[in-house]
Amino acid sequence: METFINNNGENGAMEDIVVEISHIKKAFGVNEVLKDISVCVKRSENVVVLGKSGQGKSVTIQCIVGLLTPDEGSVKVFGKEVSEMSDAELKDLRTKVGFLFQSGALYDSMTVRENLEFPLTRVLKIKDQKEIDKRVEEVLDGVGLLDAVDKLPCDLSGGMRKRVGLARTMIVKPEIMLYDEPTTGLDPITSREISELILHMQKRYKTTSIIITHDMECAKITADRVLIMNDGMYIAEGSFDELKNSEDIKIKAFFNETT
Amino acid sequence: MAEQIVTGYKKWLENIGEQGVFFTRFVGNVFNGSFEWSEFVRQCYEIGYRSLMLVGITAFIMGMVLILQLRPSLLELGAESMLPRTLSISLIREIGPVITAIICAGKIASSIGAELGSMKVTEQIDAMEVSGANPIQYLVVTRILATSFMVPLLALTGDAIGLLGGYLALTFTDSISFSLYFHKCIAALDFTDFIPAFIKTIFFGFAIGFVGCYKGYHSDKGTESVGLAANSAVVTASLWIFVIDAIAVQITSLLFYR
Repeated sequence: METFINNNGENGAMEDIVVEISHIKKAFGVNEVLKDISVCVKRSENVVVLGKSGQGKSVTIQCIVGLLTPDEGSVKVFGKEVSEMSDAELKDLRTKVGFLFQSGALYDSMTVRENLEFPLTRVLKIKDQKEIDKRVEEVLDGVGLLDAVDKLPCDLSGGMRKRVGLARTMIVKPEIMLYDEPTTGLDPITSREISELILHMQKRYKTTSIIITHDMECAKITADRVLIMNDGMYIAEGSFDELKNSEDIKIKAFFNETT
Repeated sequence: MAEQIVTGYKKWLENIGEQGVFFTRFVGNVFNGSFEWSEFVRQCYEIGYRSLMLVGITAFIMGMVLILQLRPSLLELGAESMLPRTLSISLIREIGPVITAIICAGKIASSIGAELGSMKVTEQIDAMEVSGANPIQYLVVTRILATSFMVPLLALTGDAIGLLGGYLALTFTDSISFSLYFHKCIAALDFTDFIPAFIKTIFFGFAIGFVGCYKGYHSDKGTESVGLAANSAVVTASLWIFVIDAIAVQITSLLFYR
């Protein structure tokens, strides 16, 4: 089954679509960031949104979790309109959608263990300490940081923070993962490790992923499908290799600029 | 010029509206049944215990200074024996609560503003929100209730330490026993001195917590905004303390001292 997305919001197959964005527009004052974006993402798919900084990539995924509301258009997650959700529905949605921030956004007054326990005790309301410990251990093992369990975020490197951030998001077993620039600010080796980890976690937990990045290596490793964003609109869509070998002048120019 | 005034007025109204919404969210979360007790206790420790030394030293010095300033005037009137009474009334009714609240505004409101501002800048509040956790419940409710609970206790402790400072200053010049001094201080007071002063410190504590949380929670994204949030929290909280004090004095005068 192929899911087709373009700026006109046409989608070929509606089955198994978990995120459906149609014709959204968003402006901050006079700065029009999103100019008619439409996209559908199907279950268990890894979609990478490539684009230079300031093109509205992060704004798009913030609309998916209701952190921002689009000025026009519709964002549906699991078939429900996000802007029309009640507080309880929004909370329920957010337990199903994980969000990895660019910085990791670890709670800096808490240890790694407390960071991981926070969503378990506050969101899933798990009281059983054995169950909590088991989940913490499992997810930290998954990102290869079992030794860092009692460290504070200030004692971790940038790559380790991203790993812990990823672990904290995955611990509630979300159905959709949104990654905001997961490899930004990391050296090439760590970037590759994080990209492979994203792929590994996606396979392990069978999540749907939307990855916002301008890192070609990350896109190449993780993407089932790539969307290229420019000036608040999607200009191309396809597999990484298709786009890289495209003869289209705009796409060629984009790849030349970003590499 | 007129346009600037209109824009400023609009921003002011927007700010009032935002504060109203923030207050409503706070009240809604106080009664939603999932109170963060452990965080509340931690905040009480941070706010109360960690401010005790500063409040104590300030109150001790204030007590001493008041005695040293009052003594010449009362001596001139031949009312030197009124010194403990005058000190205790001025300290308990007004100076103790206000000085404690101002010290707390400087220490606590700025620290809450900077902490939440920094959490906002580093996307920790957004992370909490998108994870489905409730940042208002965890960060705001606990801090506002902790300040409302601890500032009155700090003010009472400050009052007692201030009286001790006054006694020390008095012993520089006069010979008075500790028990007689405290007997004179306590005899000058009744519940109409204690209760209104105690109640207004609850409002001082609320204002300090609310302003600190509001400024931090609504700071812009950027390093500079953390400093601005902390600074603005201190200034606004201090202003609110004087406004609340003025209102409290009016109400107390109407009710008790007519």
